[in-house]
Amino acid sequence: MTTNALPASPHPVEVQHHTPWHEYFGFSLDHKVIGIQYLVTGFFFYLVGGALAGMIRVELVTPLSDFMARDTYNQVLTLHGTIMIFLWIVPVVNGAFGNYLVPFYVGARDMAFPRLNAVAFWMLPPAGFLLMSSYFVGGAAQSGWTAYPPLSITTPAVGQVVWIISVLLLGGSSIFGAVNFIATILKLRQPGLDLFQLPMFCWAMLGTSVLVVLATPVLAGALILLSMDIVAGTGFFNPALGGNAVVYQHLFWFYSHPAVYIMVLPAFGLVSEILPIHARKPLFGYRSMIYSILGIVFLGLIVWAHHMFTSGTPPWMRLFFTIATAIIAVPTGIKFFNWLATLWQGKLALNSALLFCCGFIFNFVFGGITGVALAQVPFDVHVHDTYFVVAHFHYIVFGGTVFVIFAAIYHWFPKISGRLLNEHLGRLHCLLSFIGFNVCFFPQHWLGLNGMPRRVAEYDPQFQLINQISSVGALILAISTLPFLVNVFLSMWKGVPAGDNPWRACTAEWLTSSPPPVENWLHEAPLVTEPYDYGSTEDAMSVTTVRGRDLWSAGR
Amino acid sequence: MTTLIQRPTSHRLEQQQEDRQKVPVHSHHPDVRLFGLTVFLVADGMTFAGFFAAYLTYRAVNPLPVNAEYELELLLPAVNTLLLLASSLTFHRGSKVLMAGSMSTCRSWLLLTAALGVAFMAGQMWEYFHLPFGLTDNLFASTFYALTGFHGLHVTLGAMMILIVWWQAGTEGRFTAENHFGFAAAELYWHFVDGVWVVLFALLYLL
Amino acid sequence: MPIPGSILTLVAGVFLALISLWVGQNINLMPVAAADDASTVDALFKVLFSIGVGLLLGITAMLVVALVHFRRRSGDHLDGPAVEGNLPLEIFWTAVPAIVILIVGVYSYDIYARMGGMADFSHHTSMPPQENVETASSGHPADPETVIWGGIDRAEGAAFPVEVTAMQFAFVFHYPQQNFTTGELHLPLGQPVELQLKSNDVIHAFWVPEFRLKQDVIPGQPTVLGFTANRQGNYDIICAELCGPYHGGMRSKVVVEDAENFEKWLMRNTPATVATAPESSQTA
Repeated sequence: MTTNALPASPHPVEVQHHTPWHEYFGFSLDHKVIGIQYLVTGFFFYLVGGALAGMIRVELVTPLSDFMARDTYNQVLTLHGTIMIFLWIVPVVNGAFGNYLVPFYVGARDMAFPRLNAVAFWMLPPAGFLLMSSYFVGGAAQSGWTAYPPLSITTPAVGQVVWIISVLLLGGSSIFGAVNFIATILKLRQPGLDLFQLPMFCWAMLGTSVLVVLATPVLAGALILLSMDIVAGTGFFNPALGGNAVVYQHLFWFYSHPAVYIMVLPAFGLVSEILPIHARKPLFGYRSMIYSILGIVFLGLIVWAHHMFTSGTPPWMRLFFTIATAIIAVPTGIKFFNWLATLWQGKLALNSALLFCCGFIFNFVFGGITGVALAQVPFDVHVHDTYFVVAHFHYIVFGGTVFVIFAAIYHWFPKISGRLLNEHLGRLHCLLSFIGFNVCFFPQHWLGLNGMPRRVAEYDPQFQLINQISSVGALILAISTLPFLVNVFLSMWKGVPAGDNPWRACTAEWLTSSPPPVENWLHEAPLVTEPYDYGSTEDAMSVTTVRGRDLWSAGR
Repeated sequence: MTTLIQRPTSHRLEQQQEDRQKVPVHSHHPDVRLFGLTVFLVADGMTFAGFFAAYLTYRAVNPLPVNAEYELELLLPAVNTLLLLASSLTFHRGSKVLMAGSMSTCRSWLLLTAALGVAFMAGQMWEYFHLPFGLTDNLFASTFYALTGFHGLHVTLGAMMILIVWWQAGTEGRFTAENHFGFAAAELYWHFVDGVWVVLFALLYLL
Repeated sequence: MPIPGSILTLVAGVFLALISLWVGQNINLMPVAAADDASTVDALFKVLFSIGVGLLLGITAMLVVALVHFRRRSGDHLDGPAVEGNLPLEIFWTAVPAIVILIVGVYSYDIYARMGGMADFSHHTSMPPQENVETASSGHPADPETVIWGGIDRAEGAAFPVEVTAMQFAFVFHYPQQNFTTGELHLPLGQPVELQLKSNDVIHAFWVPEFRLKQDVIPGQPTVLGFTANRQGNYDIICAELCGPYHGGMRSKVVVEDAENFEKWLMRNTPATVATAPESSQTA
């Protein structure tokens, strides 16, 4: 039932493609083209990072280091982490969906600085290929994505320096993007559109961009100092030369903890857009959602040292960071309760987008619970740097954000391409992802509790069975990508035409053609002051004819 | 609140780009680019904040070897500080004059600002060559060169920006009292670089 | 008359609480506990586990009920009710987690303080004071190499000291009172020990899962780990911080044995010159 039974668009016209294909390979200034460039590039790197993850899981099928050389293994895990974070999740949730959606939501025809936007995107492919090529030229960095000195100073320099350059490029790209988002959201809103009338995704992008602007430069500074240690022989982080290795950890985590929120806040925003539409209810607790985003942004900046509870930090620091970290669960919890309340009593269309969102809620709640546990120092002392932590952050960034990325693709593919994705393949993809993900990462909690540290190529033989189960999960996860790829390629050319507004949504991107014209609307930009105007009241409109367009033009 | 004035909607991007060139974007929302630059400078300031935090932490927890306690010469950096502060004033004068519409006086002020910036850099160079320590001598030396070097890079960029603006201002009507984004951007950036120097001077030389 | 929804909710809530309490108390995910404070950490974990199971089951149940009960039937194109919020409800689910988290936080702080995690090491050097006279290397009190930068230690004073040096890719143990070095850590049962950790090259981490203790070993920043082993046996010492290609192979053994066997082991390993020296080793 569900989506197939939705009233099709009144006049299912053939899909018109406004953008010639070669635009997507050029220096386009159109925010929608740039968004898709981010999405496709990010997905390419997702496949690369996934292949690297596959290599890690193959190595861990046996307790011995027998699949690849030990230093290769460290290169693989370093590349896996760096690629997944900086080239897949951050660019896709920020660059892809942010660029595609934010101008629609503020009623603008493009981002504030289209040229800067294109520059920001085009920093990405060179950085990515530089990073990957370092593997073939003398070996990639092998000190993990955290690049803790002194290890990163003593491992082969070329790979580490290339890693630094590439992360600096990606950080710069991220900062340019954030400047653009802040300017667009704050300065380019349509007249008459109040900040408190914006869709939640705008608030999420605003919060994320503030974090990027405040935190990313600190990482850049730390990496500049690190590269001086490697190249010029200074001793900032090198204890052998009188330096202090822990200062790097502070600077690194001052960015890299907010980076978690840079990855999940936009995902929260996307979920807040997707759920109300498929549940046919307004977003529950709009104001408290906004305040919790602001709370997460503020708290996210003052919790970094919980990554360093075992680093010999002073006691007062551990106390402060425990409390701040645990308190972050409160605004995060508010968001999840609000989403549950949004679903409650709704009319849920059980399509791929909604199911992926529900998978996200389960996975992220799980990851959040283990996160609160990890904030407790006595427990963290036991499981820090073990597979418990590996499981925890994969529940957050994979089970959380990646599930939302797929939900968002199922939700906005009709807008981007003008055609619906196949629901059967989509639900198969969702089911396989959910099973594969949980089979892969759930057992890793036990591994960590019982003594398996992270980033090892060899381990105690007593952990072999559980590691093999985890590897089977990874295999299922890899297979789950196949129905998705088939689905995208089939639907792009043969899918059911979606019409302008297949989900009967209220937000502005649906109030134009699919795909949208170059400057988003042929007519004047619609003023959407109530983006979540779903739900029946006593004077409910006729359900067979009502469309999002009616809702906003009725002046409600 | 700013608005985008309706532009003819085109189905082809090239056409849209031509439109953009015909109607400069900043005529629609003149303040957004300066706002964007301000946000970027916040980010840039955070890089310095990271360096300062590292420097202060080193001071607090990593005692230097006994032979590595230096009394930095204060006269030259103090003069340099005055030069830089004066250059902020001269730039500000230039912008006042620009508002009043006197372009040639404005260009003189710009040139003076750039000269002060170059003098500052020359002073820095002289100091570099006469310091009793090198880049890799110890933690303080490395931090000193990293901080002043990163700031010097900013001053150099800023001086180049001022010279470009000075050259552009030679074209009649390039900058007007209402329309002078490049000029305003260079000025904002220059004030930022000055402000950072004041903090840097206080932390490195006075503390 | 149908059973009121509030009663069903109450029953479900009680049921959920009972299940999560049972799971938290009866499903053991941790390895055996072999140090004095390990069982208090386990007690904390059980509390966290119970709360976590309750929360996860509750939210999952809500999610599944919503998906089944509120799914859109075919032919139904009506919207759900236009509920935009419920302030008392929102205050409720803000306040309850906040209180729970504060209580858990105070509880875990208490445990951590008991373990010795809040001890101040700023006036503490890596050598016990009585040893300073004999040890030439600890002359300069402000020398960063001898200042303790952090760690977990109740600082009881009478702890048995062992110096642990981490390097790529091994732990080396030095018994300062007996002056010998070994690759296998032996500890006396039921007696406080103080490990003084330092690293020769990169960051390592000293972890014994059965003790529930881990401490980063950072070059240039000596740390301490003080605890009391309370269960005889052999346990793994694992390096938990990526330290290079052989990180996965960087492990060692800790043997916890009763006083008699421990003394024998000490005597067997103590070099002859020191063994004939005063009985300081026996009194430790």
